[in-house]
Amino acid sequence: MPEVLIIGAGPAGLAAATAARRAGARVVVLDAAEDVGGQYWRHLPQQRPAGREEVLHHGWERFTGLRRELTGVEIVTGAQVWLAERHDGRPPTVHILVGPADGADRVRRVFDPGALVLATGAYERTLPFPGWDLPGVFTAGAAQALAKSERVAVGRRVLVAGAGPFLLPVASSLIRTGARVVGVLEAGGWSRLGRAWTARPTELLSASHKAGELAGYARDLVRHRVPYRVATGVIAAHGHDRVEEVTVARLDAQWAPVPGTSRRVAVDAVCVGHGFVPRSELAVAAGCQTGPDGTVVVDADCRSSVPGVFAAGEITGIGGADLALAEGTIAGTVAAGAAPTSAQRRDVLVYQRFATRLSDGHGIRPGWAEWLADDTLICRCEEVTAGELRDIAAATGSRGLRSLKLSTRAGLGVCQGRVCGRSVEELLDRTTGGLLDPGRTANRPLAGLVRLGELARTQGDPS
Amino acid sequence: MRVVVVGAGIVGAAVARELAGAGVTVTVLDRAASAGGTSAAGEGNLLVSDKGPGPELVLAQRSLTLWQSLRDELPDFPSVEYEAKGGLVVATTTAGAAGLRRFAESQRGAGVLAEEVDPHDLEPDLTRDYTAAFHYPQDAQVQPAIATEALLAAARRRGAEVRQGVEVLGPISLHGRLAGVRTSAGDLHADHVVVAAGPWSGEVSSRLGVMLPVRPRRGTILVTTRMPQRIRHKVYDADYVGAVGSDDAALQTSSVVESTASGTVLIGSSRERRGFDGRIEARVLSALAAKAMVLFPFLADVAVMRAYGGFRPYVPDHLPVIGPDPRLAGLWHATGHEGAGIVLSAATAELLADLLLGRETHVPSSPFAVERPTLASHLASSV
Amino acid sequence: MTTTGPARLEAADDPVSPGPTSEIAIVVDGSEIRGLAGQTIAGVLLAAGRQSWRTTARQGRPRGVFCGIGVCFDCLVTVNGLRDVRACQRHAADGDEVSTDA
Ligand SMILES: Cc1cc2nc3c(=O)[nH]c(=O)nc-3n(C[C@H](O)[C@H](O)[C@H](O)COP(=O)(O)OP(=O)(O)OC[C@H]3O[C@@H](n4cnc5c(N)ncnc54)[C@H](O)[C@@H]3O)c2cc1C
Ligand SMILES: Cc1cc2nc3c(=O)[nH]c(=O)nc-3n(C[C@H](O)[C@H](O)[C@H](O)COP(=O)(O)OP(=O)(O)OC[C@H]3O[C@@H](n4cnc5c(N)ncnc54)[C@H](O)[C@@H]3O)c2cc1C
Ligand code: FES
Repeated sequence: MPEVLIIGAGPAGLAAATAARRAGARVVVLDAAEDVGGQYWRHLPQQRPAGREEVLHHGWERFTGLRRELTGVEIVTGAQVWLAERHDGRPPTVHILVGPADGADRVRRVFDPGALVLATGAYERTLPFPGWDLPGVFTAGAAQALAKSERVAVGRRVLVAGAGPFLLPVASSLIRTGARVVGVLEAGGWSRLGRAWTARPTELLSASHKAGELAGYARDLVRHRVPYRVATGVIAAHGHDRVEEVTVARLDAQWAPVPGTSRRVAVDAVCVGHGFVPRSELAVAAGCQTGPDGTVVVDADCRSSVPGVFAAGEITGIGGADLALAEGTIAGTVAAGAAPTSAQRRDVLVYQRFATRLSDGHGIRPGWAEWLADDTLICRCEEVTAGELRDIAAATGSRGLRSLKLSTRAGLGVCQGRVCGRSVEELLDRTTGGLLDPGRTANRPLAGLVRLGELARTQGDPS
Repeated sequence: MRVVVVGAGIVGAAVARELAGAGVTVTVLDRAASAGGTSAAGEGNLLVSDKGPGPELVLAQRSLTLWQSLRDELPDFPSVEYEAKGGLVVATTTAGAAGLRRFAESQRGAGVLAEEVDPHDLEPDLTRDYTAAFHYPQDAQVQPAIATEALLAAARRRGAEVRQGVEVLGPISLHGRLAGVRTSAGDLHADHVVVAAGPWSGEVSSRLGVMLPVRPRRGTILVTTRMPQRIRHKVYDADYVGAVGSDDAALQTSSVVESTASGTVLIGSSRERRGFDGRIEARVLSALAAKAMVLFPFLADVAVMRAYGGFRPYVPDHLPVIGPDPRLAGLWHATGHEGAGIVLSAATAELLADLLLGRETHVPSSPFAVERPTLASHLASSV
Repeated sequence: MTTTGPARLEAADDPVSPGPTSEIAIVVDGSEIRGLAGQTIAGVLLAAGRQSWRTTARQGRPRGVFCGIGVCFDCLVTVNGLRDVRACQRHAADGDEVSTDA
């Protein structure tokens, strides 16, 4: 039985693993990906190792350093955690399938850990707009992932849009992967951004290398003459079988388009991300309390509400890789039964302030609903439109998400509401006059696809 | 006449629709949202095939007749996905075949259509290792949450009011009679109160002053990804026949495999008594998967994307409780439908309305009465 | 070479200097597409200029990669007869038979 089991090998998970190891614990790290690094340190595959990976990565040495420290840690990659079986008062039983992604003959393994660190990260939230289902519309994260691990640029004339500082590294990676970036559009306006970024400048200084990283991306934009516009967004994509043009408009403080400001821009790809959603299904299944934004609630020791279960990194709040590293260190240390140093605790506070700025300046505003037409898809999997959501909610009069999911089919498809869940909840909350069971779309008992044949196979004994 | 219906699940919805149609002033209360309890946590099978001769079968047969007209009542509403697709019950052992033949024979005597068939004419992908198969053409299905909402919408059209987020907390008593309910949103006076609170009916009844032995029996279902249709009927193994009436608390699974209008396949379901413990457990999912693959080996490669489940409201003698409570005037029950509340809701509502309005009933009411002999010992014991 | 749509940066032009690797070939709906060892199926398809491959069930609309990290399931393909494989997560193996019409 491992003393500390860690799910997720991104910055938070790796920091937790090395910290727990240093504190003398036996450590096992699980990740569904075929290599460690998580979203932040995605890199070329082992079959094609890069000569100069640092070109695309700030803090690459930190990663290689962590990786070196992992000796003695059991790392299981290609390990899809598909179920966390809740127990009262102790960590859940963790079920994994090891093998090629979505394969049919993966090996089943089961863990009953003494302590569990959840470091499952986050994925992007892209708000719906007319045409967002066209091929050529990507999340900003997709562009980043394909650039980093495939050296593929998603298009030749690319527009990057959405909200938050994450758009900058995406534009920078696209440029370094051979794409022409025709613009970076930030939905937030200068006044809000200015307030968020200039208030209490000394705080920014203590997170200075983070600010330096962003400045590096900004320099890339300047060098390549990429226009950066604030209070502006992509509100529609056009094309027959793929995106050919997008409509760009100025946005007011609530992100509603300002009439008379829209124009069309020719592109062959557009990368859009408006923020991040914590990947919290395992935490929810384990019984951990989550906040209204879906993040896992933790104390200063990264303890969740379930004894023996810790959470670190983006699932506890969106704050970037440095905060993930700092939290992972605390979580791994405490999970192994040791005490973090005061310097380690201070790191967390510094980067948390940075995170607060992010959400102050870039948090999603409700005016996005005005981008929608009646026939705009909200749920991409089941192809449910904004008009259908509203009409069915009116016909049933239900104020329940459980019922409305079943009557509209929104969120019932193969992504299980990962992409549309938040947007569906926000829209329904408005049309129903208030949902009585909000947050349901984050409830996904199975954290991945499992083949019936794999399920039927006997599970073997817990290790 | 004013009636309060407690519970906006399928039973409460059907009762409200029926009473409102007879001119009664109906208020439906649910502490949560409509169609958010058991009626959204199971499947929507409308079955006669799993019921042996007896009062439950009579209620199911009457219900199937009523569902024929219910299905088209709301043309401009999202479809309730009514489909009279028929059931196929398959035995895979010699003993199972003999049991199934006996069971089908007894059902035929009670008016159920059941025909022994070569199952591959109906289901080409079914296992070759079967020992007997019966086709039940009367079996049908609906989408249970939409059906619940449709019944509530029909009730509203007939003048009923549906109040969500209002919890029933206790009784309003007057001269030894129940004269309404105290709720989280204030007092509500009524001539009659109908408890249709599914597995929570025992709790609601005790808040109102009487003991009713309705308990939860956990059931879990697997949902596959969409696929081209390869399963055309509701197909289940003959073990199902044994599990429904069983008193065993331990985990039982019998395979019920069906495709839905959206192209997913539902694989149900387990039965286990463990209170309101809603955990999804690997051992249950494994058992379900293994049973389903016995019927359809091709399912081995099919991907499961979700598991969900709920709590069947069951009563110790496995019959619903429908009618007035002789211990407290003004109190009525429409509950305890276990794994058949979706199908039985239709005739339950009709029976309750017939009794409440003093009309002649369409089915005999005494087997479902609170004071039936098989329930007596359980009413005496404490909660 | 087309001048629009997705493309892989050639190693010679790449500031990251990817190391040498072997070529693989997969068969997509009957036609062979070449890629590099270590690429995902989506990577191979995008590098070949394909922006979409799946067709939706209800409206018959084209889909390809959306999230790129295994979350959206837009990129599903059938690999060696097995349905519902995320192309952005599955690494391509030499000789894989991929079909997109499921
Ligand atoms: C596509 C994408 C690209 C990004 N790129 C950048 C960037 O360039 N710069 C930047 O500052 N920030 C980037 N971010 C933000 C990023 O989330 C954080 O900076 C950082 O990676 C967070 O670290 P983490 O350890 O919390 O989570 P992650 O790095 O996301 O690591 C979580 C890990 O958990 C694994 N996991 C999750 N669920 C399961 C499961 N059920 N079974 C097994 N394994 C599981 C995942 O495979 C993943 O490797 C990106 C985010 C995304 C979604
Ligand atoms: C896994 C599974 C599979 C099933 N498959 C089938 C099938 O195929 N066919 C079939 O016919 N049946 C099936 N059933 C059974 C069927 O779902 C139930 O019998 C039926 O839904 C019960 O409906 P109900 O209206 O009595 O209860 P519910 O739908 O549970 O409604 C009760 C309502 O009462 C409310 N309530 C509780 N307490 C209070 C209070 N104090 N104040 C106000 N409101 C309150 C609750 O919020 C709830 O909404 C299945 C059940 C399960 C669990
Ligand atoms: S592109 Fe989203 S899962 Fe592959």
